[in-house]
Amino acid sequence: MNDYLRKYRNWMMLGVFIAATIIALIPLFGVLGYVLKNGLSALNLQFFINLPKAMGMPGGGMANAIVGTLIMVIIASLIGIPIGILAAIYLTEYDRHSWLSTAVRFATDVLTGIPSIIVGIVIYTALVLKMGNFSALAGGLSLAIIMIPLIIRSTEEMLKLVAHSIREAGYALGISKGKTILRIVLPTAAKGIITGAMLAVARVAGETAPLLFTALGNQYWARSLNEPIASLPVQIFQYATSPYKEWHQLAWAGSLVLISIVIILNLVARFAFRSRSI
Amino acid sequence: MSKKRKLKVSMGDQTLRLLTLLMAISVLVLMVWMGWQMFDAARPSIQKFGLGFIIGRVWDPVKEQFGALPFIYGTLVTSLLALLLAAPIGLGVAIFLNEMATSKFRVVVGFFVEMLAAIPSVVYGLWGIFVLAPWLRETVEPGLAKWLGFIPLFQGTPIGFGMLAGGLILAVMILPTIAAISREVMAAVPDMQREAALALGATKWEMIRVAVLPYAKSGIMGGIMLGLGRALGETMAVTMVIGNRPDILLSLFSPAYSMAAVIANEFTEATYDLYLSALVEIGLILFGITLLLNFFARILVWSVARGPKGGNLV
Repeated sequence: MNDYLRKYRNWMMLGVFIAATIIALIPLFGVLGYVLKNGLSALNLQFFINLPKAMGMPGGGMANAIVGTLIMVIIASLIGIPIGILAAIYLTEYDRHSWLSTAVRFATDVLTGIPSIIVGIVIYTALVLKMGNFSALAGGLSLAIIMIPLIIRSTEEMLKLVAHSIREAGYALGISKGKTILRIVLPTAAKGIITGAMLAVARVAGETAPLLFTALGNQYWARSLNEPIASLPVQIFQYATSPYKEWHQLAWAGSLVLISIVIILNLVARFAFRSRSI
Repeated sequence: MSKKRKLKVSMGDQTLRLLTLLMAISVLVLMVWMGWQMFDAARPSIQKFGLGFIIGRVWDPVKEQFGALPFIYGTLVTSLLALLLAAPIGLGVAIFLNEMATSKFRVVVGFFVEMLAAIPSVVYGLWGIFVLAPWLRETVEPGLAKWLGFIPLFQGTPIGFGMLAGGLILAVMILPTIAAISREVMAAVPDMQREAALALGATKWEMIRVAVLPYAKSGIMGGIMLGLGRALGETMAVTMVIGNRPDILLSLFSPAYSMAAVIANEFTEATYDLYLSALVEIGLILFGITLLLNFFARILVWSVARGPKGGNLV
């Protein structure tokens, strides 16, 4: 009798967990479905080659925003990826156990949890106010700050997977420690490091909050890196909160493009570059 | 090997070591610098308003009156609502993926859950404006008012845009965080624990209850705190659905404002220094709270999985 009760409770709880999983996935398909439905009907060639049109006019595009996002993500990667990888090398290759490494690791984890809008405030007060203008550089720098802890974490995990015997083989051949790291350890972990970098790029490509008051946004092409520049997420935000139907459609189309970029990056990173056995 | 060459090699080694050390330290510097930079910019507001800033209920830039309580209230209510919804569901997902799913299911469903985290905040906001808020206004809120209207939380005009919408959208956004961390710490529970429970005749649920959950408890708490931290600072989606009105109202249907949202909306419009400084101070409070939350959450998570040591050289 008691056994029946236990079995019944077992199946009930397992059912609850399955239900929770199904509930969790409803919003995913809800969001993807609506973005696909509304985005596809608004997406056309003009979207990719035109600049935004004046308020409420049909036929505008987001060419400048797409390029702007690309430019700022490149700036962020150029700054964030090398810093992240180098810091991760220190944490795994030179100094795994000291208080300094523990502190850096801890700060890295904590930094990933800081709201991204905080980064925007800091760059605004430190850079934009001093320089006197919003710019692609300030936007890219904010994204870089968000990238660094992500890169450190993923690179560190990958470097830790490299078997120590491979390093010892290097030393045994008389290769210096630095060369062993650069020529043997890094290439061995390259796939995983690239995966982590792609995921970090996917993450910052969709960031809006830190760009609001660093890159600001621009209805036209930015002529230099020292000018306000449009970006896909900020443009989507501005269009979504505007009262014009044409702009709402552009926001859906922009979301479709943004989500496609993010999901493709995720898929490629996870499945094309994934290698469990390094 | 000539002496000259040996020297050159060790120079390169030293440079690389120094460079990596510098970059590692830069992370610490970055964190301290961010805090200092904000404190510095917030100083005029801190000096002028003192503690009154946190308990002040009036936010009126025209009259130079700045009280952050409405924003703190809106942030707390939406985040706690999100936590209430997302914590049990996220934990359920983690248990399903870790203890029940076959490996194929685990990869596919795990990927879906991660996609939930990968969707940009602004896209959630867009969906919130055009899908979630109308649905709440026309279906959910009238229904809640009808059946649970005796509770003050569910009274008032259904508007759609308000704390309920903010809480719901935050729940969706923090669910992957809670699920992922819970999964990570549950995966760190030794299989021997599970086998021991099963060998004593436990059912699967009993095994989870007596062998897995107690072991992973503090890590799961940490995951929930990380989720809370994410909810407190989440900006775009909340800004787009919360209604953006600095009032303190009990009803979840009523429009409110959050700390991150007021920064996002008013920062570029702050026309004088004190205004800007007050906004930065809100940011500083947010920074402080999330920093503390993450600090303690990481200690909890580290106590179960990953650990501060960074693994041993094998």
